[in-house]
Amino acid sequence: MARFGMVIDTQRCVGCMDCVVACKTENQVPEGFNRDWIATEVRGKFPTLALEIRTERCNHCDSPPCVTCCPTGASHVEELGKIVLVDPELCIGCKACLASCPYDARFIHPEGYADKCTFCIHRVKEGKDPACVAVCPTRCMHFGDFADPNSEVSRLLAARVHHALIPEAGTSPRIFYLT
Amino acid sequence: MTELTTTRANPLIDPALHVWGWEIPLYLFLGGLVAGMMVISGYFLFSGRWRNTRSACYVLPGMSLVLLSLGMLALFLDLERKLFVWRLYTTFEPLSPMSWGAWILVLVYPALVANLLLRVPAPLRAQAPALGALSDRLVERPAALRWIGAMNMIWGGLLGIYTGVLLSALGARPLWNSALLGPLFLVSGLSAAAAFVHLIAPDVGERELMAKADNGFLIAELVFIALFLIGLLSSTAAHVHAAGLILGGPFGALFWVGVIGLGIVLPLSIQLLAVQHRVAHTPIAPLLVIAGGLALRFVLVQAGQVSHWNRIPSF
Repeated sequence: MARFGMVIDTQRCVGCMDCVVACKTENQVPEGFNRDWIATEVRGKFPTLALEIRTERCNHCDSPPCVTCCPTGASHVEELGKIVLVDPELCIGCKACLASCPYDARFIHPEGYADKCTFCIHRVKEGKDPACVAVCPTRCMHFGDFADPNSEVSRLLAARVHHALIPEAGTSPRIFYLT
Repeated sequence: MTELTTTRANPLIDPALHVWGWEIPLYLFLGGLVAGMMVISGYFLFSGRWRNTRSACYVLPGMSLVLLSLGMLALFLDLERKLFVWRLYTTFEPLSPMSWGAWILVLVYPALVANLLLRVPAPLRAQAPALGALSDRLVERPAALRWIGAMNMIWGGLLGIYTGVLLSALGARPLWNSALLGPLFLVSGLSAAAAFVHLIAPDVGERELMAKADNGFLIAELVFIALFLIGLLSSTAAHVHAAGLILGGPFGALFWVGVIGLGIVLPLSIQLLAVQHRVAHTPIAPLLVIAGGLALRFVLVQAGQVSHWNRIPSF
């Protein structure tokens, strides 16, 4: 079974926010809310500083706490590529999934249900990349199947130094950042 | 030095998680209080105290029903899609503490109603003689009463532990990462319930018994809080930082003054003297215990939401 995920090259990301705009447009994300965003991390002490710009979103974890804590089964892992999704029809808006996510990747949609990145599953089903990946002008984002050792994302991880976000939270995230 | 900036500004999420306001702490407090009342009421039934017609076991079930329903109302008010609340009962999610809680409540209500049948008020007895007859048959059967008492103790214990497990299962918030929250909330609920019975029990002997029991519960609560903090302080940097939020951070004053000082140490001191008959029993001590139990939930729910893996360098 496929395990879709992303590899993002922080050496190429310039924080232009095209991915953010593409996501909002593609998924009609309401004003004032974001399914993806740009994070800028500065490490070190002047003048020895390191800067990492990266695009962040739901990590579609292999061990998603948002799914296990959901009391109605609204949060679930879909079969196509183990993408973590929310069924708005089942969600009661208890917000346990928001509290359970170490990435704070979820929010409450104005209609009351928990909302977040879907990896643009409607596009993935058509064989396309998620909108954020498709529009990236620096081609820093790569989407693919980690279950396939020959996929682009698997080969990138094998070849480049990388890190995930908050691995100590134990959720096994499926978005990796090349450094 | 690490500085993290983000373009995200989602409501209820940024700058720090604040998805749960007053409703959830109140719900957890009332759930714990009712859990304690069920255990105490069940114990009174189980141990044969029902023979004393002035026993608190005749008044606790009704009050428990009202308080639990108020707690459920608070939970209901917190839901973003209130009309979808029935979906909790269309499935059972074995890994979700909230699903467990929803179904435990289905067991709690019948146990409380069975307990309520012990004494049917005269007006109701006149209107529904069958209820009166059922009550009479129950009182004639001590085995049935013991069974109802046992059910109240078991479901009450589960309800009390659940209120803590609900938080401790959310691993993204380091402050809540402790299995001790379950027993801590249970013993805090028992303490608040003992204080409540101390306040309202018609029987002097039961009031004295509850004051003594509450002293034990308060000491146990102090021990659990100490172990909870030791567990956090001997864990990762994120957990140490989380403990700092209540030990000396923005929630330090409410924790030390409201929870520890006024909620546990002061009433414990008063009640220790009272049970030795050095000072008279006063409603101040149990009222402080109840307020302290509420403050404990507020501190842990609010500080827990602020605690976060990512934000270690920012604080």
